[in-house]
Amino acid sequence: MDLIHNLGIGFDVAFTFSNLLYCLIGVLLGTLIGVLPGIGPVATIAMLLPATFTLPPVSALIMLAGIYYGAQYGGSTTAILVNIPGESSSVVTALDGYQMARQGKAGTALAIAALGSFFAGCVATFLLAAAAPPLAQLAFKFGPAEYFSLMVLGLIAAVVLAHGSVLKAVAMIVLGLVLGLVGTDVNSGMARYSFNVPELIDGLNFVCVAMGMFGFAEVIKNLEDTGERQVFTKEVHNLMPSAAELKQATPAILRGTALGSLLGILPGGGAVLASFSAYTLEKKIAKDPSRFGKGAIEGVAAPEAANNAAAQTSFIPLLTLGIPPNPVMAMMVGAMIIQGIQPGPQVMSERPELFWGMIVSMWIGNLMLVILNLPLIGMWVKLLRVPYRLLYPAILVFCCIGVYSLSNNPVDVYLTAFFGLLGYVLVKLDCEPAPLLLGFILGPMMEENLRRAMLLSRGDPMTFLNRPLSATLLGISLLLLLLILAPAIRKKREEAFQEAD
Amino acid sequence: MIKLRSPRDFWAGLLFLAVGIAAAWIARDYPMGTGGRMGPGYFPFVLSTLLGVLGAIIMAVSFTVDGPKVDRFALRPLFLILLAIVIFGLLAKTLGLAIAIMALVVVSAYGGHEFKWTEVLIAGFVLALFSVLVFVYGLKLPFPVWPTFITG
Repeated sequence: MDLIHNLGIGFDVAFTFSNLLYCLIGVLLGTLIGVLPGIGPVATIAMLLPATFTLPPVSALIMLAGIYYGAQYGGSTTAILVNIPGESSSVVTALDGYQMARQGKAGTALAIAALGSFFAGCVATFLLAAAAPPLAQLAFKFGPAEYFSLMVLGLIAAVVLAHGSVLKAVAMIVLGLVLGLVGTDVNSGMARYSFNVPELIDGLNFVCVAMGMFGFAEVIKNLEDTGERQVFTKEVHNLMPSAAELKQATPAILRGTALGSLLGILPGGGAVLASFSAYTLEKKIAKDPSRFGKGAIEGVAAPEAANNAAAQTSFIPLLTLGIPPNPVMAMMVGAMIIQGIQPGPQVMSERPELFWGMIVSMWIGNLMLVILNLPLIGMWVKLLRVPYRLLYPAILVFCCIGVYSLSNNPVDVYLTAFFGLLGYVLVKLDCEPAPLLLGFILGPMMEENLRRAMLLSRGDPMTFLNRPLSATLLGISLLLLLLILAPAIRKKREEAFQEAD
Repeated sequence: MIKLRSPRDFWAGLLFLAVGIAAAWIARDYPMGTGGRMGPGYFPFVLSTLLGVLGAIIMAVSFTVDGPKVDRFALRPLFLILLAIVIFGLLAKTLGLAIAIMALVVVSAYGGHEFKWTEVLIAGFVLALFSVLVFVYGLKLPFPVWPTFITG
């Protein structure tokens, strides 16, 4: 009955007035940026970090978590009404959702997306609550060798799941690892790659890297195309799906939830991959696949359930192992460190109120989203009419203020501009920024654990293979690597992403 | 004559190779240590060598496999957006948040497709007002609002 006791602690924390308020702010902001194309959760969390300095840690994390899963709800609204994804995890929702809207079933599509997300959110939250304690127990058995091998596995998995060329994804990870080395070496106190710039001696701030590559580079990229968007302006009514539609959508929601929960836990996974896979799965098992792309309700239900489930289960590796499986979780690591919390298995035992409060708040947040979202759709549609030429200066202003107030230093702003440039160039060369950010976050941890493991084994690298847990993790990594290099799988993987585009 | 067949891969590889070589070169100055007692140079040297090798492989492959051309860079937004951000950094401490935001909005809007003075000025004013109210008065972030030489 530990779980019930623990959830009790969580309810106590999450149901205070201020935490409910921060949860509400988080999910509303999340929905907002989810609705607006051109700005994602990574940049938003980076923008809001300075605002969380003065908050208590629980409230800060509750709010930031709300942004991530809130964005999954908001993204579907834009996808269905405007045929452009508000969030990259809603790309596939647009395929059938917009067709439903054109057939006058916009309300049904929106309702199914919201209900599916809510169901998935509840299941995933419960999964998180149930799976986290045993996993954290396991993590306590980890020594430096195991941690190192686990991070290797995480990074390899990120490659498997990244778009495009495997080699380039590996190179991006290594580039991220190298960037992560900038700053003072903790063991020797030596400043590395700092070029005598005082700001670099403390290391590159991950907010600068993330905001540059996900915020600024994105804005510049968006300004390349001139296309104005057309909002589907017909009134949205008939929210309640019919019994037949519900019957059709329910199994899809269940499958999407299961698939999304699983993919969220995997390193390199997360909401985007989950929605793509769920859509592909629905199409594969449908009796009549030709309905897809013409307004099939499963094509909305499954990916929306999947992306929300994944957004939530991706907290599992973060909270139990301290290892972020995707860039958004990497931002959460940063937020926790700013608050003086080292993410890892000890969080649950040392700060139970934080851990369980956050989990319960996710469930409350999902409830708020499903209650608030449908009545607010009219407002979101109005927001969509704000042209991008007015929107992007606002994004830039908030990004700049956020970066500047990290340490009240203009140098951080210049560094972020540099990473905006780098991010833009890399995107032009088909190099995805997500693996780089993961490498950047994991770099220092990897070096630390590698050095400790090697010190303990007196320089014998066999330590990574002699320890069974570590050897297993490395074995899985090798297997994954071989799998993606195998021609048959490679072709499949390309097909999967082709479909996504 | 060897033909470049995948320009995007070629340039990406070159970038990785260049960074790898530079980082390995710098890491030579850091003490290496031994496997059992790694110095601050060990991990950086191994990583940057790996990066260089990966870059070289990517470049080599770009001569054998066909790939897309590099699209034109959108130089105008690229330059003006980055300039606007740098200007914000330069002005925030001396001229205060209000003027820095105004400058950021005007310069960055100039990087877009359509530029209307009245619209941009109104947007800048609203954003400056909102930011000052929320961030300076609300969240108490330590920004000067007005130029320091006026307020002292």
